[in-house]
Amino acid sequence: MSSVSARQILRSSAIQWRVIHALLLREILTRFGRHNIGFLWLFVEPMLFTLGVTALWTLSKSLHGSNLPIAAFALTGYSTVLLWRNMPARCIGAIEPNLSLMYHRNVKVIDIFAARLLLEVGGATISFAVLSIVFIATGLIEPPEDVLQVIGGWLMIAWFGVSLAMFLGALAQESELVDKLWHPAAYLLFPLSGAAFLVDALPTDAQHYLLYLPMVHGTEYIREGYFGSRIHAHYDLVYMAAFNTLLLLLALAKIRKVGREVIPE
Amino acid sequence: MIRLLDVSKYYSTRFGSTKVFDHVNLRVEPGERVGILGRNGAGKSTMIRLISGAERPTSGRVERNMTVSWPLAFGGAFQGTLTGIDNLRFICRIYGIDPEDKIPFVEDFSELGLYLREPVRSYSSGMRARLAFAISMVIEFDCFLIDEIIAVGDARFHAKCNYELFEKRGDRAMIIVSHDAAYIRDHCSRAAVLVAGSLYEKGSLDESFDFYTQETARAA
Repeated sequence: MSSVSARQILRSSAIQWRVIHALLLREILTRFGRHNIGFLWLFVEPMLFTLGVTALWTLSKSLHGSNLPIAAFALTGYSTVLLWRNMPARCIGAIEPNLSLMYHRNVKVIDIFAARLLLEVGGATISFAVLSIVFIATGLIEPPEDVLQVIGGWLMIAWFGVSLAMFLGALAQESELVDKLWHPAAYLLFPLSGAAFLVDALPTDAQHYLLYLPMVHGTEYIREGYFGSRIHAHYDLVYMAAFNTLLLLLALAKIRKVGREVIPE
Repeated sequence: MIRLLDVSKYYSTRFGSTKVFDHVNLRVEPGERVGILGRNGAGKSTMIRLISGAERPTSGRVERNMTVSWPLAFGGAFQGTLTGIDNLRFICRIYGIDPEDKIPFVEDFSELGLYLREPVRSYSSGMRARLAFAISMVIEFDCFLIDEIIAVGDARFHAKCNYELFEKRGDRAMIIVSHDAAYIRDHCSRAAVLVAGSLYEKGSLDESFDFYTQETARAA
């Protein structure tokens, strides 16, 4: 092994940031173009989703097992779903259309994923923040009791989403099955993800099984940050962090393998 | 200097692992112009991608102690939905160069006029070639890698390209892969022949060309 100096690392990270920045701008242009509201779609689209679901749940007086306002429930729940669920969809099949860019030796698979994920996390976060502010300003919901806890939970879910997305994105390069199976999986995971219920409202048996899903912990943690003493949240952040770490390591290993085999065209 | 040390490349196919070439050694000094001759499918493009670092060897090592371009080709690696200018900006950003200074050169050299601000998918192949070449000349390297310059565009444009690449950048190293011995003869001081997964370099240019002619004749 050759030794790597701090200066080399600094230089490499400068190049990496340059590449991700270039890919990010390019991604914004190819995805949103310069027509109508362009770049704003990045967060207007998730906002429309969340608003629609909030409206539907309010009208149908959806059962969610608590006496919390439905608007607050939908906002905290559906926003987190958008955060972790959209990221894998952006990474699966991301390599193929970008193969021509890999003629440039500094453009690697991980940079392409990173650019897309930064955009996705950014869009979901802006959407969540803007809607929170609007809902609070109009008196629809109360301000969160612990903003830092909400941010912490949001970051945990983002970490989960990023790891899952990179893992599936790399895996999809080897098997088309990933693309086929992810859509039903994502659809089925939504009702189980803790977005549409509070864990406390479920039977103990069900709680036990559901808490194997990492995003349930993050969602519960965010809800506690929002509603504090008004709910009894169930979460284990150590379990979630361990799950995320393992998934992230698997993802990085897979990306390294795929990156060695990719053929620019 | 660029060095290929015992470089092998295999691709996995449905029929198992297939050899492209193995145990290839090559050394290119600053300012040298090296041609690599090979017939279609000999592995020339793979070789040049390995030298550029866009692709990794299965085994062996590629050392680059000077700045090396991406494999320049007239096809160009473009995002069709983006305009010519946006593609220029992207490549400049990747290499850490301010694109705004380079727009006049690309406008002038590519002669695309208003089309430079239209999506690349609306270009003809000749227009793409002009854009590709203009963008390739925006970023300076110690060594240029040139992949099979196919005759696109008219004679005047060819002359312009030759001047820009071989005269203005005459002091740079170049590695050119082609199936065309005459092209290599015009532009290179050394030549190697890629045949049946091995790279051969004979004592002189002429010996390498003779060897290539024999090998091509034998295969035919």
